[in-house]
This record gives sequence, C-alpha cells and structure tokens, in this order.
Amino acid sequence: MIRVVLPPHLRTLARVADEVTLDVPAAVPLTRAAVLDALEARYPMLRGTIRDHVTAQRRPFLRFFACARDLTHEPADAVLPGAVASGEEPLLIVGAIAGG
Amino acid sequence: MSGVRVLVGTRKGAFILTADATRRRWDISGPHFAGWEIYHLKGSPADPDRLYASQTSGWFGQVIQRSCDGGKTWEAPGGGVTQEPGQMPQGESNKFAYDVSPESGKPLTTHQWYDGTQHPWEFKRVWHLEPSFTDPDAVYAGVEDAALFRTSDGGTTWQELAGLRGHGTGPKWQPGAGGMCLHTILIDPSNSRRLYIAISAAGAFRSDDGGDTWRPINRGLHSQYIPESTAEVGHCVHRLALHPSRPNVLFMQKHWDVMRSDDGGDSWREVSGNLPSDFGFVIDVHAHEPETIYVVPIKSDAEHYPPEGKLRVYRSRSGGNEWEALSKGLPQRDCYVNVLRDAMCVDTLEPCGVYFGTTGGQVYASADGGDSWTPIVRDLPAVLSVEVQALP
Repeated sequence: MIRVVLPPHLRTLARVADEVTLDVPAAVPLTRAAVLDALEARYPMLRGTIRDHVTAQRRPFLRFFACARDLTHEPADAVLPGAVASGEEPLLIVGAIAGG
Repeated sequence: MSGVRVLVGTRKGAFILTADATRRRWDISGPHFAGWEIYHLKGSPADPDRLYASQTSGWFGQVIQRSCDGGKTWEAPGGGVTQEPGQMPQGESNKFAYDVSPESGKPLTTHQWYDGTQHPWEFKRVWHLEPSFTDPDAVYAGVEDAALFRTSDGGTTWQELAGLRGHGTGPKWQPGAGGMCLHTILIDPSNSRRLYIAISAAGAFRSDDGGDTWRPINRGLHSQYIPESTAEVGHCVHRLALHPSRPNVLFMQKHWDVMRSDDGGDSWREVSGNLPSDFGFVIDVHAHEPETIYVVPIKSDAEHYPPEGKLRVYRSRSGGNEWEALSKGLPQRDCYVNVLRDAMCVDTLEPCGVYFGTTGGQVYASADGGDSWTPIVRDLPAVLSVEVQALP
C-alpha cells in the first residue's frame, strides 16, 4: 500500500480529508510515474492537475518530496525510496512557494 | 420572473448572489472553489440550474466544474472517484488539447511572442464559457492560448474547433499583457451557425458555419500599437456585445476606441463620442433597448482605473457617440479600481438590471437601467467576471 499526501486544494478536488492510500501494481521497482498513474486512475479528477494532460510533464509549481528528500527533479521513472514502496513513508506532493 | 441569480468569478473563488425580482435584498453564497481563480461562470439559457465554471490555478492548471442545481453542488464532469478501475471515467473534463489530427485538425502552428519571435500554442486556462441557447450539454469555451473548444456532453470532453486557430492569420496573433486569450463568444440568437469571437490581441472573427471556418472582421479598426494600424489582425479587442433582436449590430470596446458595426462585423465605425476616455474593457447592451449601451471608461492603457478617481458607467441611448455619465450610488472620489472585460452583464427583468464587478471586490447593481447603483457585495477578492440569470 502506497501513501500519498496531496496539497490542500487537490484534497478538496478529490474529496479526501487526509492522505490517500493506493494499491500500485506489484511491478517493481516503484516509480513516481507508477504512483501518479495509480493516483489518477483512482481519482480521475486529478488528471491534468499534477502533470500535463498531453505532455505528462510535471506542473512547474509542484514539488515531490519523500523521506526528507526533494525528488522533484528526479526522472519520473526513477526508483522511489524503499520506505515509500513499503508504505512506511508517504510521497508528498507539495505546492511550491509562489504567488498568493 | 421570480428573481435573479448573479454569478461572480473572483481571484480566490466563486460567489453566487440571489435576490427576488425587486433586486433589493441579496443572499450571498460562497466562496465556492475557495482559493482558486474563477475566470468565468455561466448558466445555460436552456436550463437555468445548469451552471458551468472555469476553475484555474497557477499550481494545478485547469478544472471545469458543473452544477445541475443552480450552484448548490458541483462536480468535475466525468471525474468522480473511481471504485471500479475497469469502469473508470475518463477524467478529461479539463483536457483542452489542440487538435493536430490530420483528418480534422490543423498543424499546431505558432503565434507571435512578446519578443517578436514565433512561439508554439500552449494551453493555459479557460477564460470564457458560452452555453448553447438550446442544449444544456453544449458549451463553447474560449481559452488561452487563443482557441475555441466545444463540448456536447456537458463538459465531460472538449474538442477544438481548429478552423479558427488554423485559418491562416495565427502567426500574426500576439499576447496582450493578460495573455493571448479568446475572451468573447457570441452566438447569433437567430442563427446558431453564426458565431462571433474576439481575441486579445488578434481581433474579432466570425464564422457562418457553426465554427468550421472563420474570417477576421476588423475592417475599420485603427490601432496605434501595431505597426500597420489598420491591419487585418493584431487588434486588441477587449469585448463584443450584441442585442438579441438585432444580431447584425455589434458593439466593441477595444483597447482604445468604442466601435460599432451594423453589418455583422464586415465594417466598423468609431462611436466613442464624448466619453472622457475611450479606453476600457466592458461593453453591454440594455436588454430591452437595442440602442442603449453601457461602458465603463478607464483612464488609459497605463493607468487602469477610472478618470479623476470617479467610478462612472457611461450610457448611450443612441447606439454610441452621445454618452451620459451614470454616477448615482457609485464612488465619486478616490476610486482606483478596474472593471475587467467579463465583469458586466444585464438581466432581462423590467426595468432592466445592470451589474458590474471591480478589481476592488465590489459588485454594483442597478435595478433601473443604470440610473442608480447599489453595491450588492463590497469586499470580495478581485472580481474577474459577473453574469446574471433571470430565474423563472
């Protein structure tokens, strides 16, 4: 079971109050792309809000953190930390500090 | 009519104001979609309880919201939580993908960028939603970078009408300070195949075949901020308006100049007349008097606030040229707000109601055709759009 923490606006959009848990296909190793695929399949209203509909590129003002590390600029198919794969730590999707 | 419902889009959410037909006491609900920019909300003329909203964010992009109960509850069409992965909805209500298919689309051409180079089209947000007169599930969307989309399934999916972006003048279109946006969509009430749209900064365009093919309608416009002041395209049109009884008569608030066309946009003439400034964003037409029009003059393109710090609506009862200031109930000193292009509307009650919202968060209403004004809400976030529905 993978844990994902969404920023407040996306929790509202997905109508969830807290972190979400996802069953990600057992294919290993676990990647950010696989987590986002599972997240968008479970919550289709989030499609296009984290990564572009057409290009699948990360939206510029979003960040990905886990295990006290900034994984934002890691490739989408890079292997996530083992603690995320085991469900011990969540993948944090964070709105960047920008604007108001 | 039992009353009116005013739909207000702001920088930080949507608000819905309702009143009975006297339009004296207002109930306010919101913020809906708190914290998001709501560029536009609009109701379906065919079903007043069907509303559409454009919800956008610099962080999270575009979301389309739909209500089937007059704004009490909302949903992202087709984007509900999936319990059965095998039956998942498409989740494409916010997918505005330019049509590049060889069968129906056009090559994804480029437009002029701020530095004069060519730049590829990139979707940013929906500026304006224009529902069909007859089908609650059919809506046009005007987007940035400028293009026209349409849904026929209540916003679940959107398809580009690529004949506009691809008709040939696109490489000469350029963004204004607010981006290269398609902000005005008018459907001819007597002929739904005839559409008018306007783009900043490209100009006005007309289709006579339901949006398949388009041509610029900018003859008579003069713009000093482009190299060829009377060019076919490149004009920064801020808003178009028409009266349903005379759809061939168009009114335009341009970057500078208030203009009029009596031939469906084939030619334009200036009707700025005695306005204190002919710069502005909004323009609208009285619901029962096709020659009565309203603008809110703004001092200049560099100073986006009313002349002399006095917020005044100007009304012409002669279709332009002769204008009278309407100031009763509006601040007449130290007022430095702006009124953005989608932030004025009229209702169809008798007498005609007129509404506009400001970047200072006020929404003003007149229940007597503009003779007097009252702030029906004072302290909202900056207002981006105001629409009104007369309720049965």
